[in-house]
Order: sequence, then C-alpha cells, then structure tokens
Amino acid sequence: MLSVALGGVTLPNPIIPASGTFGFGYEMARFYDINRLGAVALKGTTWDARFGNRAPRIAECFGGMLNAIGLQNPGAPAVAAEEMPKLRAVFGGVVIANISGFGIEEYVATARHFDERSDAAILEVNVSCPNVRHGGMAFGVTPEGAASVCRAVKAACKKPVFMKLSPNVTDIADIAAACEAAGADGLSLINTLLGMVIDPASGKPVVSTKMAGFSGPAVKPVALRMVYQVYERVSIPIIGIGGIRTADDVLEMISAGAAAVQIGSQNLVDPWACEKILDDLPVKMAAYGIRDIQSIIGRAHA
Amino acid sequence: MPTQGIYTIVTNLPIARDVYELALTGDTTALSRPGQFVNIQLNGLYLRRPISVCRREQGRMTLVYKVVGAGTRQMAGMRPGETLDLLVGLGNGFDVAPARGKSIALVGGGAGLPPLVGLMETLAGERVTCALGFASAEDVFYETLLRSLGADVAVCTMDGTAGMKGLVTDALKTMAYDYYFACGPKAMLKAVHGLGGDGQLSFEERMGCGFGACMGCTCQTLAGNKRVCLEGPVFFSGEVSCECFR
Repeated sequence: MLSVALGGVTLPNPIIPASGTFGFGYEMARFYDINRLGAVALKGTTWDARFGNRAPRIAECFGGMLNAIGLQNPGAPAVAAEEMPKLRAVFGGVVIANISGFGIEEYVATARHFDERSDAAILEVNVSCPNVRHGGMAFGVTPEGAASVCRAVKAACKKPVFMKLSPNVTDIADIAAACEAAGADGLSLINTLLGMVIDPASGKPVVSTKMAGFSGPAVKPVALRMVYQVYERVSIPIIGIGGIRTADDVLEMISAGAAAVQIGSQNLVDPWACEKILDDLPVKMAAYGIRDIQSIIGRAHA
Repeated sequence: MPTQGIYTIVTNLPIARDVYELALTGDTTALSRPGQFVNIQLNGLYLRRPISVCRREQGRMTLVYKVVGAGTRQMAGMRPGETLDLLVGLGNGFDVAPARGKSIALVGGGAGLPPLVGLMETLAGERVTCALGFASAEDVFYETLLRSLGADVAVCTMDGTAGMKGLVTDALKTMAYDYYFACGPKAMLKAVHGLGGDGQLSFEERMGCGFGACMGCTCQTLAGNKRVCLEGPVFFSGEVSCECFR
C-alpha cells in the first residue's frame, strides 16, 4: 500500500516532485508518464509575472548546489489560465499550487486565485524563499510572520493549506506550531538552506545574489532532523523535503514523521529520479517487511 | 526527446592549449541538429556538465571542451575505454533552413566554436566563410578541419601570433555574407549581433538541469523569457536583446 492522505486529499503514493525542480510539470512528461507521481507541485507563483534574478543563478558545491532563481514565473493569472491546462493535458493527478508573495495581500490574492480558478487540490504557501528581498523568507523566520500569512490565506480559501517552512531559523518547531494554531492543514519542510559559493581564483561569489539556496543530498540530515522535531510538536501532516535521492531516503523521511515527500534537486541531475524511486519503493518496502507505507509514519519516534 | 546512456571513450586528446577533443561511441539517435548539447555526469560532482556536440555520426559523437574547472579537469584525465553517463539531445540546435542558398558566415570564438563543425557538415554544398577568433596561436584549432569541409577560413588572434591581429568581428567586417551563425563568448556574440544582419547565435549559461526544469539559465529575449537549455541555446538574431549579453 502506497497511498497516503494529505489534509483530506488522497495521493496514490507519497512521491511528489518539489516546486521549482519540475517546471510546471508538463515539460517533464517527455521523460516518463508523470501520471505515476503522487502529485505534482507547481513552480512557485506570485501575483505578478517575475523574471527572477540575473545570471548566474546556479552554482555547485560538494553534495549539492545553490540556486537563486528568484521566483521566475508568469504570474498567477497566467499560471492558472495557461500553464495549468498544459499540465492537465498530460497529468490527471493531484496538483499542488505553490504560492509566494511580497506582502500578505499578494499571498491571499494568489492563493485565492488558485482556490477559485484552478483545480489544484492543495495550496502550498511558501514563506521560505531565500532568494528574494522583502517578503519570501521574511515571513517564515518568525512564528508570528508565518502565522499571519497562514491565517489570512486560510480565511480566504477553501482548499487545504500547507505552509512551506524555512530551515534558516532558530527553532522550526515553534514556527510549525504557530502555523498549526493559525489553521494550517499541513506543513512542507524544508526549503533551501541559505548558503554561499565563492570562486577561489577571483574571490567573488559565484551566484549573482551572492547568497543563495543550498539543496541536494548534503542537506538530507538537516531536513530529517527538522521533520523529526516538527512531528513531535504538531499533529497535521508533514511533507518531508530535502536531499532525497533514493527509495531508502523516502523511507527515512517517512520514519522521521513525513506523510509524503518531495524530490527536489535530484530531478535536475536525473530527470527520471522520481520514476526510479517509484520503481524501487515497493521493492525496498518488501525487503523491510513494510506492507502499508502509512504505518511507518513517524516510527523513528517510538 | 532527450535520452540517457553510457558512452565509451574512443579518444580524448589535446588539440590546443587546455582544449581537448573527446570521441565517444554510443546511441546518438537523440541528436537531431547541430548545436545541441549533452550533459555529463562526473564522479563526485553533483551537477552534470553541459558540453556542446561538435559532430556526430551513426553511433559516434565528438565533443570538444576546454579545461576550466573541476569537471573538465576530471574529463581531461579520462582514457579510452572508460565510460561517461550522458544526457543526449538537449537544446534546440541550429536551424539551417533560413540560410539555404545564401552566402553564409560561421563565426566562432575560442572553445565555443566546435558546434560550427557539425553545422558545416549540415551545410555541405552551401557557400560558407568562417571567421574564427582566438587569444593566441597556441589556442587555434579546427582551422584545417573547417577548410577540408569546404569553408573559406579566416583566423584572427588577439596578439597577432596567428592569422590577422584583431577580433573576429574585424575579419567579419571584410566579408560579404547575408546570413550568419555565431558561437562563442558573450562579448563576441554581442559584437557580432551589433554588426546587424540576420543570423543565429548560440549562448552559454550556467545551468542547473539542462532540460528546462529549473529555470536556472533563463534570459530575457525580445520574444519573452527563454531557457538557454530548452528554447535555446540557439536564438535568432531578431529575438536577441541586449539583456541576453549580460
């Protein structure tokens, strides 16, 4: 049994490509049948169209990478009217809209647009983007900031709201608990860690924004630890994100307390990453004697 | 449709200062046009390395790369018989249709010029002049190869140690052409584009994925935001904006 429940929405399996690493989904349909996925998380969307940051937006580091895309997207109206139909032409499953903003009003307008004008089943609200000034991560670094966005979006929308949290905080469990109290239906964690890469020859930062979001296999222990900590404080479902590369990584993350997982950077080095994990997950579960994946959520806490 | 596969090294030899020619055998059916690229996985390095395809034939392709960092340094140390994991058939490549029957200039800058070889093969029978620019005599490569494929070739070096002294655009200004294809560093592309006329320019950018998933290599063209890896790396001169050269 691979199916899992996320805030009243049932997914056929817990494997979701993470926002920002899978385009708007349809671009990846040329690699494999994306209907196999548990859900697809859309590229982060703001109300207005954004170009994002200047090049270079990408750097490599040991065990991972930095990105500073800066929320490039065509804006919520264009995503709902143009990108969603392109995805729907090739994908019949659960869509998670990923919502960003620079103020509470923008978060609400964008979330409401997807709530009313799209068939996205879950609204994932990103209060953790490290690559834009003002807004983005600024809301996600205090319990009050995250809760204020959560409360406003919940009041305006009917669909389940998952708050996507930043790891760049002192105590992520406090922020998670504040979101739960503000009505969040679930949590997604972690977004990227704020990092840096400097060219040793020139002495200059490689990415145009100097600091950028660190992701990849190297961050998995941090992500596992944070999912573990948050699971102890909240009772809403958690989507575990961070450095997942294999079916074993998925089982680790679910054991820490995740109800589902998102695969991020690994999609960029292997476009078939999610499909390979889907092939391998039942094999690994059989080998470990796991019949129902939901039965192992949080088992590391026992 | 891009494919992934394991490719075997046939030769891997230096052909100019820090520049290597790498011949590989394996499935090349995903390559449909000159100017496409492959993305190479290397030991201990997380992101793949995008390298443009120089030429391809049935079951065999040639890549040319310059050693600039850890990835290309590792590649330079590899021997015949060793294998590489490649994503093949990435990017749009050059569209030769608009150039047919015209007087064509191929403009190449340093290690950026290799795709012009495959392009030259596709343009067999057309009137083609090449302008190649390098820093110095020891950086020059493929002058003879392009000539053997039927092109008139002019070489320029910055220091005048080979060919004419000056920039590739200095040579281009003396040529008569009504369509161009350019491949090289941004400063060269900007200068070529600045001369006006119709053509296509192949861009390089730092990439995350190489197949359109991450938006890491987006540039602002006159026709909207385009990903160098997916809608590019080749853009028509008419859609290129000054933002593309930043």
